[in-house]
Amino acid sequence: MAILEVEHICKSFNHTEILKDISFSLEKGQVLSIIGSSGSGKTTLLRCLNFLEHPDRGVIRVNGETLLDTENPSTWQESSIRKKRLHFGLVFQSFNLFPQYTALENVMLAKELLAKEQPDYKKRKKEIHEEIRVHAQELLRQMGLENRMGNYPHQLSGGQCQRVAIARALALQPDILCFDEPTSALDPELTGEVLKVIRELADKNTTMIIVTHEMSFARDVASEVIFMDDGYILEQGDPHQVFEHPKEERTRQFLSHFTQG
Amino acid sequence: MEQIMEQMPIVLHSLNIGFLQTLKLFFVTLLGALPLGLLISFGSMSRFRPLGIFSKLVVGIVRGTPLMIQLLIIFYFPGLVLHNPIWGSGEAGRFTAASVSFILNYACYFSEIYRGGIQSVPIGQEEAGLVLGMTKTQIFFRVKLLQMIKRIVPPMSNEIITLVKDTSLARIIALQEIIWAGQAFMKGSQGISGQIWPLFFTAVYYLIFNGILTVLLSRLEKKLDYFR
Repeated sequence: MAILEVEHICKSFNHTEILKDISFSLEKGQVLSIIGSSGSGKTTLLRCLNFLEHPDRGVIRVNGETLLDTENPSTWQESSIRKKRLHFGLVFQSFNLFPQYTALENVMLAKELLAKEQPDYKKRKKEIHEEIRVHAQELLRQMGLENRMGNYPHQLSGGQCQRVAIARALALQPDILCFDEPTSALDPELTGEVLKVIRELADKNTTMIIVTHEMSFARDVASEVIFMDDGYILEQGDPHQVFEHPKEERTRQFLSHFTQG
Repeated sequence: MEQIMEQMPIVLHSLNIGFLQTLKLFFVTLLGALPLGLLISFGSMSRFRPLGIFSKLVVGIVRGTPLMIQLLIIFYFPGLVLHNPIWGSGEAGRFTAASVSFILNYACYFSEIYRGGIQSVPIGQEEAGLVLGMTKTQIFFRVKLLQMIKRIVPPMSNEIITLVKDTSLARIIALQEIIWAGQAFMKGSQGISGQIWPLFFTAVYYLIFNGILTVLLSRLEKKLDYFR
């Protein structure tokens, strides 16, 4: 069964249609790359999945559970959205780390707040706190940041910040981890270290959706590629097919900018 | 000179009593206006239109009129117009009326500083919190508040030091604060009259207290320097 099913998502801002009938599905452990020019709706799609935008139309299902159905208003209640968001993780282009917390605290904060909602929190407070800390440290180690746990974001490079942000998203163990142009704010050297980490996650069969302009990376890491243009999914398939033998003229045109360069 | 030395204990005693009133009004105003200002800033940022308009109207009126008029109206209106002198008589009643006026006035100024501070925290901070499953309240207190405080310390320091000096306006409703006490020796009080030097001493009280506040506030600013 598909881990994620998206059906007929539409979204307009001020009468401008950004997403026009987007449907796709994703299997567990798959990596989906979404490519396309700026303004094609890639970021808006990710924001819809993370409930930062409310689609005008459409259905979002995770593990068969309907999280959002615009036909059914009861699925769009402020109180339940918070929990639904936890199915997804989102790594932002601009990191959005919390500046007043250390790398470790950034990774721990949300989990600690959620733990307070557990019924046995008061009894096991110390134990839970310790578990969260150990898990966060393990994640930062995985990201190659064992020496940076006590640093504040302004003391870290962009690449290090983004890796903290990835650890922070992983700490909540989302079903699907989304990346919104994770390396667009980084220079080529720092881009490499972030892509390496994402590749390692792909090797561990982490289900991911990656919006990116790094074409060679998208081709290498993805098991499925979507090319978006003007609010539509114009082309979809395995990376070999989309990159080497695109069916659509528009896809070929878009990709030609990269193969030439 | 000899005369001044003789009068000194009397003058200092008077000034101390006046300064105590000044300090009381200062701290009561701060204690009331800091939280009330936050509420008003939420009001003016509210997406519920009537509340937003109401808050902005109140802030507009309070900021657009002199504090001295507000003091006079708040103190005299209940007694003269409503025939219900709610403030009571004597120094205590005047102090209550002055506190209410100052808290309202300063809360409005603070609210605009808060609003600027809150709105200057990047939207990405809120979105990061939302995506991590935090509630809006958690995001405000655990993510945005400290960033906001860091940003508003300098403009708040300005307002707080202005407040110390503004407390002297309360003399318009005969609250006996320190300038009142100092000026009494010009008109004549406790056998001393025609003397201006007590007013210089009054100024020194303000200087010292504002000096202490400035040091404390810049320490707070340094303390928040650990992040950017």
